[in-house]
Amino acid sequence: MTKITLPELGEGIDQATVACIHFRQGDTIEQEDDLLEVVTDKATFNVAAGTAGVVKEILVKEHQEVKIGETLALIEP
Amino acid sequence: MWSGVFHMNKTMSLLKTQVLDLGTIDYAQAYPLQKSHVQQVLSQGIQTLLLCEHPPVITLGRLADEKNLLVSSHLIKERGVSLYPIDRGGDITLHAPGQLVVYPIFDLRHYGKDLHLFLHKLEQVIIDLLADFGIVAGRQSGRTGVWYQDQKIASLGIGVRQWVSYHGFAVNINTDLNLFSLIKPCGLDVSMTSMAKIKGRIYPMEEIKEKVIQQMTQHFNLQTQGS
Repeated sequence: MTKITLPELGEGIDQATVACIHFRQGDTIEQEDDLLEVVTDKATFNVAAGTAGVVKEILVKEHQEVKIGETLALIEP
Repeated sequence: MWSGVFHMNKTMSLLKTQVLDLGTIDYAQAYPLQKSHVQQVLSQGIQTLLLCEHPPVITLGRLADEKNLLVSSHLIKERGVSLYPIDRGGDITLHAPGQLVVYPIFDLRHYGKDLHLFLHKLEQVIIDLLADFGIVAGRQSGRTGVWYQDQKIASLGIGVRQWVSYHGFAVNINTDLNLFSLIKPCGLDVSMTSMAKIKGRIYPMEEIKEKVIQQMTQHFNLQTQGS
């Protein structure tokens, strides 16, 4: 199982808000696909799956604040 | 709030960047064009700097609050203004002829992979651009954008996909500022200004574009091609 986490987005950015989730549990996802989009003050950032497989679990909801390094989803390769 | 400093390595090789002047282009056409250039950066590694003006359009960012739209969407259409919800950071903004819109489709892996640092550098480009025309503008603490005294002259908002940026910034050069009465720009109680309002003259857009390319080249270590 591969954990998808919120990457470092820059100095002084500790968290971001989930704006859109593009996949649902059970969906097949490709490595290059954007799994979800987070937003900071003036920037949106697309979090890529980074690995191909099946989305086993999405651990966050839209509008939820997430911290850098927090697990967002689990993908089974 | 970003407070660090990213030192550009002077020996770092210049980054090939094509400059495309799109002239006046509908937002609906420019948006997919940005996305296709993001793909191009990812597949070929050549960055793109898009410059354009848009016919009147209001865009709603991901953080947009519809309360910041001060009139009905019907009235907005009546004024000949289009409305688009889009995937950039920030709230609500307006583009119109006379405003220079700059979309840097850049690979942020070359610039420290730092969203706030990138925005900060774009603000500096705008501040230095305005200084080229004798206008002393600056930042306001906690508010992204560029300000002349207590009025806003430029807005910023970016999107990032696989560390490639899209969207960008808009500077009011000769913009009809009355259009801003339709919105609460960026959700703030601010009034907008323009270079034309500050200096009491109209500026040729070509001259501004030339200067903005120079500033972007310097701040982002570009080797530009095309026009």
